Amino acid sequence: MANTYVLIASNTLSSSAASVTFSSIPNTYTDLVLRTSARSTRSGIDDGFAVVLSSNTNTIYSHTSINGTGTAVQSDYNYNMSNFYAGHIFGINGNTTTSSTFSSGEFYIPMYASSNKKQLSFVGANETNATAVQIGAAALFWNSTSAITSISLSSLFGGDLMSGSSFFLYGIKNS
Amino acid sequence: MPATFEPIATTTLGSAASSITFSSIPATYTDLRIVLVGANSASGSNCYIRYNGTTGASTLYSYTHISGNGSAASSGRATDDNKILLNVTSTTSTTVPMMTTIDVFSYTAATNRTCLITWSGDENGSGTVERTVGLYRSTTAVTSILLANSGANWASGTTATLYGIKAA
Repeated sequence: MANTYVLIASNTLSSSAASVTFSSIPNTYTDLVLRTSARSTRSGIDDGFAVVLSSNTNTIYSHTSINGTGTAVQSDYNYNMSNFYAGHIFGINGNTTTSSTFSSGEFYIPMYASSNKKQLSFVGANETNATAVQIGAAALFWNSTSAITSISLSSLFGGDLMSGSSFFLYGIKNS
Repeated sequence: MPATFEPIATTTLGSAASSITFSSIPATYTDLRIVLVGANSASGSNCYIRYNGTTGASTLYSYTHISGNGSAASSGRATDDNKILLNVTSTTSTTVPMMTTIDVFSYTAATNRTCLITWSGDENGSGTVERTVGLYRSTTAVTSILLANSGANWASGTTATLYGIKAA
């Protein structure tokens, strides 16, 4: 039987970049998985992903998230946005936290080529052996029936994605 | 490289239904994963899983969850229950598809069955996100999984896929 968890594309940054984009995503899979390891140049301990799907910046993005610091938990949301606030304080390590630490994250994007509206999930953490760390999860809703053909990720707070950050896009088939 | 993430079965509902069942699950994998995407026929229903044909009389299930609704976070648990809820605090939607993944670990091993559940249910202005760990206190291999709705139906078009994952 064919392997159904297939690497479509990857990008490990050799120098800082404002964004990473996976384009021309084939519609031959059922679901997508995007795994991230990221740190940004933002002068702060944390950052998050701004995610744009299919180059669409209409206000059709929303999220509900939950995150914990080791001592407290909170939940928040944004809606009618022009991009996803994905893991806005737990998706990416900022550049004033422990050196050489990168966040870990995973997007799951089911039925990305369907004509249904899209519900995605994200889970991420920026453990740094410091007190200001976060782990969290988010529900991401894209109020569009269009197929997802590209995924663009950048720093939510305007930094660059740092050298060494890596991104792996997989396709999963259900048949 | 051997295939280690294989589709076992997929169900796409042609009409609303109160449950989806995967049966005759082969014992040839290490773990199972279910991906379910769909709306409901009514908002506010509870969705849950059961294994191996157990019923409401069972007390073999327990679970612990953490949930967020955009303004507050909560955690809770249930013991000696007859099911594992997929959406403990979350509402379901009649228009927006929810997404859940269920990982069932070591489903044929001589141990009790743990699972890890993700629930994503943002609705642009409201919604919830949950993570739940569930336990089925049985060492019997899991051969069937029921995905059920309490008080509502999975809407037409709801799709559930069962994957098998091999450790080697």
